Amino acid sequence: MEITTRALWTMIHGMGFGALYLLACSGALVELYRFTTSTIPAEPTPGQERFLKVYLAAMVVIAWVAVLMGAYVIYPWYRATPPRGTTDLAMFPQRLLMSSPTTIGWHSLGMEWKEYVAWFAPISITMVAFVFIKYGRDLKNHRQLRAAVLCFTLASFVAAGVAGFFGAMIDKYAPVHGGHTIQLSHGGEK
Amino acid sequence: MNTSDYVVSLNAPARPNGSGAAAILSAGVGSFALAVLAFAGDKSALIASSLVFYKPTGSLSGVTTVAILIWLFTWGILEWRWRSRTVAAGRIIAAALALLGLSLLLTFPPIVDLF
Repeated sequence: MEITTRALWTMIHGMGFGALYLLACSGALVELYRFTTSTIPAEPTPGQERFLKVYLAAMVVIAWVAVLMGAYVIYPWYRATPPRGTTDLAMFPQRLLMSSPTTIGWHSLGMEWKEYVAWFAPISITMVAFVFIKYGRDLKNHRQLRAAVLCFTLASFVAAGVAGFFGAMIDKYAPVHGGHTIQLSHGGEK
Repeated sequence: MNTSDYVVSLNAPARPNGSGAAAILSAGVGSFALAVLAFAGDKSALIASSLVFYKPTGSLSGVTTVAILIWLFTWGILEWRWRSRTVAAGRIIAAALALLGLSLLLTFPPIVDLF
């Protein structure tokens, strides 16, 4: 069982940071809703408030690492230009997708949308974290700010979902390969 | 203090909403700036080439860097102006959500291709 370094980076980007962010987003939506709309008998404790602040701050870090790694580590491998005369496009995912009418849409719709929409996730969640860290439980008393925070968290979730879906599908049809091969285990014959 | 005074003081916001509104509006502005730059880069080869800050990533590097700078600059200015004020949050948040919605539309390739 082996994996190339480029495939490993892609896995860390998508299945590590991307999937973790999506999971965290669904939790954040529920917690923010519960935290900012609950009634007095269910008043959250200062410890719970502190936990949610740390949780949101961690989401900010995860979101920024995911998009920066995607844009500056994985994307250059994806869009690499093959030397003239290259016939095997396995190492050039963008060109591989564009070489067939059955896969070109994964680039022209999928990647063209993903490469930009993904950035709405960190921008939105940074704002959400800032507002929650600043206002905390007082957000209950700011109905409009609360509504905006929930909308931007939802938008962040949708943006990350679009990016994650297309990332997974693109990697299915034109995986990023290359770099050193890492031997994970030496499987024996059954 | 009677009961109604007590209820009012419990529900009254402890902080003015200006700082939150500044963060929300600037997030909308930053998202919209990103979408407009992406759109402009898609429509003009000259703009696209001027947005190549890091060649292996292409114009995506410039689009996102400039958008982030616009977002942070807007946030800084609005925070400075509004942090201790109570502002008309309804209109500001409606504008921020409209900008966010437009941004999502403007980055969607079938809509970009209409122009």
